[in-house]
Amino acid sequence: MIETALSILVGIFFAVAVYLLLSKHTIRIMLGVVVLGNAANLSIFTAGRLTREVPPVIPPDLYVPEIATANPLPQALVLTAIVISFSLFAFLLVLAWRAYQDLDTDNTEEMRIAEPKADPLPPLSY
Amino acid sequence: MKTLILRTIAPYLAALMMIFSIFVLLRGHNDPGGGFIGGLLAASAFAIYGIASGVASARRAMRFHPMAIAGSGLAMSVLAGLASILFGVPFMTGLWAPPIPGIDFEISSVLFFDIGVYLVVLGAITSVALALEERDDE
Amino acid sequence: METDGNSLTFIALFLPFVAAALAPALTRRMGHKVAWVLAIVPALLFIHFASLVGTVASGEVVTGGHRWVPSLSVEFSWFLDGLSLTFALLISGIGTFIVLYSGGYLKGHEHLGRFFSFILMFMGAMQGLVISDSFLMFFVFWELTSITSFLLIGFDHSREASRRSAMQALIVTGMGGLALLAGLLVIWNATGATSLSGLLETDNALRESALYGLAFVLILGGAFTKSAQFPFHFWLPNAMEAPTPVSAYLHSATMVKAGVYLLMRLNPVMGETAVWETVLPLFGGVTLLVGGFLAVRQSDLKLMLAYTTVASLGLLVMLTGFGSEHAIEAAVLYLIAHSLFKGALFMVAGIIDHEAGTRDVTRLGGLRKAMPVTFGAALVAAISMGGLPPLFGFLAKEEIYYALGFASLWSAVFTSVAILGNALMFAIGFAVALKPFLGAEVKTPNHAHEGPPLLWLGPVVLAGASILAALVSPLTHRLFSIPMASAVAGEPLDITISLIPSIGLPLYLSLVTVALGYAIYRTLGDVRARVAAVLAAIGWGPDRGFDQVLRGIVRGAHGATGLIQNGRMETYMTLTFGIIALAFLIPLVGAGEMPAFPQLPVLTLYEIVVLALAVIGLGAVLYADDRLTAIVSLGIQGFAVALIFLLFGAPDLGFTQFMVETLSVVILALVMTRLKLAKSDHRPTGEKALDVTVASLCGIGLMLALFKVTEISFDPALSVFFTEYSRVIAHGRNIVNVILVDYRGVDTMGEIAVVMAAGLAILALVRVRLGRRVQHAEPQIEVEGRETVA
Repeated sequence: MIETALSILVGIFFAVAVYLLLSKHTIRIMLGVVVLGNAANLSIFTAGRLTREVPPVIPPDLYVPEIATANPLPQALVLTAIVISFSLFAFLLVLAWRAYQDLDTDNTEEMRIAEPKADPLPPLSY
Repeated sequence: MKTLILRTIAPYLAALMMIFSIFVLLRGHNDPGGGFIGGLLAASAFAIYGIASGVASARRAMRFHPMAIAGSGLAMSVLAGLASILFGVPFMTGLWAPPIPGIDFEISSVLFFDIGVYLVVLGAITSVALALEERDDE
Repeated sequence: METDGNSLTFIALFLPFVAAALAPALTRRMGHKVAWVLAIVPALLFIHFASLVGTVASGEVVTGGHRWVPSLSVEFSWFLDGLSLTFALLISGIGTFIVLYSGGYLKGHEHLGRFFSFILMFMGAMQGLVISDSFLMFFVFWELTSITSFLLIGFDHSREASRRSAMQALIVTGMGGLALLAGLLVIWNATGATSLSGLLETDNALRESALYGLAFVLILGGAFTKSAQFPFHFWLPNAMEAPTPVSAYLHSATMVKAGVYLLMRLNPVMGETAVWETVLPLFGGVTLLVGGFLAVRQSDLKLMLAYTTVASLGLLVMLTGFGSEHAIEAAVLYLIAHSLFKGALFMVAGIIDHEAGTRDVTRLGGLRKAMPVTFGAALVAAISMGGLPPLFGFLAKEEIYYALGFASLWSAVFTSVAILGNALMFAIGFAVALKPFLGAEVKTPNHAHEGPPLLWLGPVVLAGASILAALVSPLTHRLFSIPMASAVAGEPLDITISLIPSIGLPLYLSLVTVALGYAIYRTLGDVRARVAAVLAAIGWGPDRGFDQVLRGIVRGAHGATGLIQNGRMETYMTLTFGIIALAFLIPLVGAGEMPAFPQLPVLTLYEIVVLALAVIGLGAVLYADDRLTAIVSLGIQGFAVALIFLLFGAPDLGFTQFMVETLSVVILALVMTRLKLAKSDHRPTGEKALDVTVASLCGIGLMLALFKVTEISFDPALSVFFTEYSRVIAHGRNIVNVILVDYRGVDTMGEIAVVMAAGLAILALVRVRLGRRVQHAEPQIEVEGRETVA
């Protein structure tokens, strides 16, 4: 059961990602986003079962592979997921950077423009 | 990061990476490779070129705005999918040209779709990388 | 039963709405004289319904309809029996004069067109309400009357009092509407009927159903809020903020009677039960007294009338629920009489207000010479309201006393209540009709003179109708009262009461009522002061309670928002991941789905090295205290993942991951140079413990879930399909690529669109103009202001 080892690794990835995401500092949250992406990709990969070293490629002289290959479906899912999570990461990174520039802080506690600390009561009249 | 060695080597390295990326793209249907990987490789090539020789020259080397490249890639993918309509088959059905004797390569709508993917990834990611590098120059 | 009226009735349902759509444009062109044109619409409706009177009086029911949503057995169907038809005639008949009256009353108002539009919409809704058959249509029109009432009460929306009253009416009647909807659904469940006519055929099914109690409470919730029964009566007097034509039409003659209509309509299938005959008279009786006493308290003509309307509605509910044939007959007669005299009196109050400039009864007097026609109409209406001959109100009141009687203690109590309530209304009626006109002339804000025909036509006709209906009472009964009462009772009834009084108990009770009413009238000033003192002593009512509830909701929502959405991202994240961890663990532990302890794998050396590398990278990311370490360690874990993909037969993934990690490191480096990385990720101990707990639970949860997943035997059907046909039909040997660009091409297209969108968004973020620094404490408006300056 090679999956057991990877399951444990996925658990570690996920735990580390969550811990980083719970930080107050946007940069560490970004690191968490990258790790979270890897955790997700690895878990899909693992759930599709693992095969050692046989890629899902049909030899040139055959129409159907002779021996059992790795499961191609999770690979296709993960491949796009990698590129998408990279795009998301790049977007969040730039967003964090712009937030830092505009607000002079990378601490989420101090980013209170949209949700100010002393939010006044809405009007009670009609 | 503008060391002399990097600056000298970067154009050649980038060119080599570009060629390799196209190779990876074209072999993708039969061997490991494909539009995503090729696009990422090409984007790295421009990123390295930009870091070494400056964003301006990287942009000159690209000739078009990277987002324009990405946009045309998306359009190409959609059109490759739509081509099936001309033959009265459902959207995205793969169409294959008759094989050319002597050449182990088949032209198909699927190939154009993959080239579209390649261009989108190349354009979008290069655009991001160059935009970020540009700020550095200021 | 299909009759010729069908298509005409269908047109009649839509005509008011068409007129409402045209009204603003017509008003712009014709000014207030458009009232003469628009009044044609209700007049046509009246003629149409009048043409059906003969058919209905002979005991037939006019029905018709179209299929609307046949698959759900929803129909657009109508149903005209004595009850519906009398209501429809009142709505269109009074509506005709209300439209005319509005033209005079709001002459020159800048939003006159809008007003006409609203009032015609209301007319359409109210008419639809009383003639609709299917539950859905009934409910839609019911809600539509609430909405148009809201629009009309808030017509003068620049005043806060107007807005408050409109909101209050909408909230109270809207809540009632929800109760009604629920009630109709319960009835549907209990009987299977989807229309009123269908329901009436079920006979005892609803009464015997276990759901009767629930349906009863919900229907009462709808009827009592709409018809302003205590303790929901407070919205009706507040609705007097609306222009007087609205008060006369919606809030006395028609809309507020919708609740009574509902109760009357359901009486054959819900009435005659102990709970019906207890709850309805009790609430109705209390409402009658509360309305009567509160009316005495007022000195504003409209408010006096509004509270007597509350009292009258109470009386109607009381009679409807009393459970004898005579009570139903009395309710029917009183309903007709009330619509006529109260509509007239409201219009009179409006004329006085319009011409004299005030409607405070203590500041009016001696107008009889200046406004003789209005005085005449007011006097007739007041006589009817007081229950004196020869008006229709007299018949209604006699019948009430017939119905109640002194047969038992129960009916004696309600007879007393009715006498007291009627006496109060007698006093108020004459106070409204006599006080402003008799006595010495009092100087009023405007120089009072008779209003134009547009204004007095309505009251005069309605007052005339009150006389006529009473004089030809056998005909009135045959055409209207008897069919309506029979529909309410669910069996044929006969009404014989006429103006010729029969000596007996009812007549004596009438005399007592008149005497008592006259006494109250003479001492009205004193009584008013005393009631005011009592009310001041109580000092609290449902009206203030409504404000407090609404404020409580706003405060509560604000507090809850502050608690849940406290602006601290950490709280959101902790909650989110805490729940994710529980979502993994609770099903595993709770449902006994825990995986068996898995087999430990035998790993090759390089596999161990790669896994260790990943773990080391992760540890380094956690502990990185400068940029370089963070970037490098992030790279390490990423490349380790790439190696894992390579080792387990996924070269495509491996390569992609390599490229992505490289680019991630590059852009991370580019951005990081402009950001400062805090030396260490310091968290207070308590917080750290919580974070570590949540993170570990998440990790363990996902791990256990994966154990469970891999424990279950794998169904490779899809993968086998892709593998077998990849080369044969898709001409590709790299199965992963074939899936991406061929089998699942549309997915991939979506994904590259996402990549494209992300690229555009990032470009926009990078390029957005710099130099705008938001100050933390600054209010947002100033920031925006500065943006436009810069």
